[in-house]
Amino acid sequence: MKYALKKTATMIITLFFVSVLVFFSFSLIPGNPAISKLGTEATPERIEALSHEMGLDKPVTQRFTEWIFGVIRGDFGKSYSYSQSVTSLLSDKIKTTLLLSFMAIIICTVISIPLGIFMARKSDSKLDIALSTINQIIMAVPSFFSGIILTLIFGVAFKLFTPGAYVSYKTNLLGCLGYLFFPALAIALPKISMVSKLLKDTVLKESEKEYVRTAYSRGNRTKAVFYGHVLGNALIPVITFMGMTFADIIAGSIIVEQVFSVPGLGRILLSSISGRDYPVIEAIILLLAFFVVLSNLIVDLLYHKFDPRIHV
Amino acid sequence: MDRTKKLKFIIGLSITGLIALMTIIGIVKTPYDPCAMDGAAKLAGISLKHPFGCDQFGRDILSRVLVGVRETMLISACVVFIGVFFGTVLGTITGYFGGWLDEILMRLNDAVLAFPSVLLALVVIGLYGSGRYQLIAALGIAFVPSFARIVRGEVLKIRNLDYIQAVRLYGASHLRIIVVHILPNLKTVLLSSIIIGFNNAVLAEAGMSYLGMGVAPPAPSLGRMLSEAQAYIFSNPLTAIFPGIVIVIMILGFSLLGDTVKKN
Amino acid sequence: MLKVEDLCIKIHDRKSTETVVKDVDLEMNRGDILGIVGESGSGKTMTALAIAGLLSRHDMEKSGHITFEGINLLECNRKVLRKLQGYEISMIFQEPLNSLNPIIKVGKQVEESLKIHTTIEKAERKERAIQALRDVELDNPEAVYESYPHELSGGMRQRAMIAAAMISQPRLLIADEPTTALDVTIQAQIVELLKKINKERGTAILFISHDLSLVNTLCERVLVMKDGLVVESGNCSDIFNDPKEEYTKGLIAAIPKNPFDIA
Repeated sequence: MKYALKKTATMIITLFFVSVLVFFSFSLIPGNPAISKLGTEATPERIEALSHEMGLDKPVTQRFTEWIFGVIRGDFGKSYSYSQSVTSLLSDKIKTTLLLSFMAIIICTVISIPLGIFMARKSDSKLDIALSTINQIIMAVPSFFSGIILTLIFGVAFKLFTPGAYVSYKTNLLGCLGYLFFPALAIALPKISMVSKLLKDTVLKESEKEYVRTAYSRGNRTKAVFYGHVLGNALIPVITFMGMTFADIIAGSIIVEQVFSVPGLGRILLSSISGRDYPVIEAIILLLAFFVVLSNLIVDLLYHKFDPRIHV
Repeated sequence: MDRTKKLKFIIGLSITGLIALMTIIGIVKTPYDPCAMDGAAKLAGISLKHPFGCDQFGRDILSRVLVGVRETMLISACVVFIGVFFGTVLGTITGYFGGWLDEILMRLNDAVLAFPSVLLALVVIGLYGSGRYQLIAALGIAFVPSFARIVRGEVLKIRNLDYIQAVRLYGASHLRIIVVHILPNLKTVLLSSIIIGFNNAVLAEAGMSYLGMGVAPPAPSLGRMLSEAQAYIFSNPLTAIFPGIVIVIMILGFSLLGDTVKKN
Repeated sequence: MLKVEDLCIKIHDRKSTETVVKDVDLEMNRGDILGIVGESGSGKTMTALAIAGLLSRHDMEKSGHITFEGINLLECNRKVLRKLQGYEISMIFQEPLNSLNPIIKVGKQVEESLKIHTTIEKAERKERAIQALRDVELDNPEAVYESYPHELSGGMRQRAMIAAAMISQPRLLIADEPTTALDVTIQAQIVELLKKINKERGTAILFISHDLSLVNTLCERVLVMKDGLVVESGNCSDIFNDPKEEYTKGLIAAIPKNPFDIA
């Protein structure tokens, strides 16, 4: 419990750091956003009026305090390019991206753990060598290319989904999940290879440890030694790795959303970057940071539960 | 070295050799001008004239891939250089001197490391716009923390060795200890992180240019070729396959080589 | 009870074959304490592992006979062997920290043999485990039951290992250098504990050590091993007082003298 509190505190501090960094980097960019919005031909009066409306005439520190208190309430300010609040602009897109990331995480976990166990148990057999070789290659395929290949195979050849025809979770949840399965798989594929390889390696390493001999000396069957003793220890480094992987998956969804035309945070982030819509960019970065840090926190707590040796 | 490792090393080395060759061809001369459009060859298939076919504007894909490899490799080299240079400077200073500077820089490092590099690069590009040099700066900055952390860990280890303590007792200056005794010892760890750095840089560059945040068109880049080819995926899937496979081969080469260097 | 005849163990490497145990014979009756001494690499641990049935790696070749209560351990079915392991034959090891599973509570590891070999209910298993921990003279056995291996001291861990080995009242306890990793004072306590277990429960103990003086305090009979061969065997005090072999003399000479004796 104490550990959880401490970790949560660290998480809040990290997020505060990130928000300071993000806000001030975007505030210090030369150029007045009001001018870019109105165009260079705008009269000084109009620019001044808009600057006032956007709150740009206030000192930076005051703007920051107002912004951060807004963020705590869930208010990220107003978008420059769309005339609506950032919060309402993003609320659907957050859910889409989270849905996609969750699916990728679930696919990754569900496949990689049994696969790693299987490879370790069949270690050095022809099957293991074949799987390891495939793994090595899949690890080298970037998610956007595996996305294109999946589109070719399942969208174009087998017609299991229509590329580009995303359905919102609001209108048809099942249809949406069915469509998101493929981008989620594209994100998960290289991670599956990495996690299963790591698990195989740690299982083999743990199998050499002395406590395994003790377990055999008590009359355990091979299976009982494996599931009762080796696996738990082998999973500890895998959990740490998966924490980092989840962060990668969340970032990876930004790219893969583009491949499958999924209207999530990634797509609006890209259009906001080209449109210099700073409040939207700031909000997305902070949100993604929040998800990354939160997933790290969850993994840390899991890790703590798995490995009693970690102290506060 | 056991047999699988040897095999990995040989394959990895051959692939990196091939990449180097492609880079050189990309620099010296490609079969066609990568930007020359041939109206008659639009989306042409594989032929002797165009071994990889042509894209939607009738540009030779092989030539574009070669220039794309050159572009990716040069950008990755710059990115890795920035990462290694600043990472080594930061890591050596913080690792060697420790203290409050170390504390602050490493906390900052941790905060930055929590971000996947593509996301970080997008932030920098959001600040300064897209383009070749912005991309180099963006990815370079994103790469510094991980190098700094590796170097710092290694310096900490070396600093506490007995012979460094002995040299200090003889009155060697900090600068001398760092330059003569510590930096040469970083060779192995730097070599493996440079290879892994290339692996990550190629991946990140391709990803960024796929998102349209890399080299400006019409100059070819592997990532952008993929995203452009996607529009023709129903009729001409081949236009996407070749640049994609080249990216995979590049990453595979570096990861195989990295695997063999890492554990030795 | 236990009879080992012509035990040979060969390890096949990729290139060469090495014989690590050559023609070892030994015999133990119920309640015996037999010591095996020798320096590292003498084959004493290999012999012990062979008796405990823990050498089943395919790159190893074993020949000879190990008969325990009429069952040939080298040839019997794995199932029969497993029934004996942890139930009739238990083993404790040199490094109690590494020999315990770091992420499982000590109590659960102590009662594991009962879980494997008997149908005793969970609550009673716990009771028996706490009793076993009490029997090895651990203070506050309830707390030890709930702790993880890293939370205990080296001596406490080895006591817990002994409790785990003794919980199903085996006839043979194999102790492979059980005190080597411990402080001298704790070494003596563990040896006393083993003595007590032997006396009160009649458990036979095969005690493996490189320390002849330690063997002398605990065992009645001893085998001296070198390079896989038994070079000398017999009554402990005889060998200690009148060693026949140069090697044994060397081992005796290597025993550190009490520093207060030098004057």
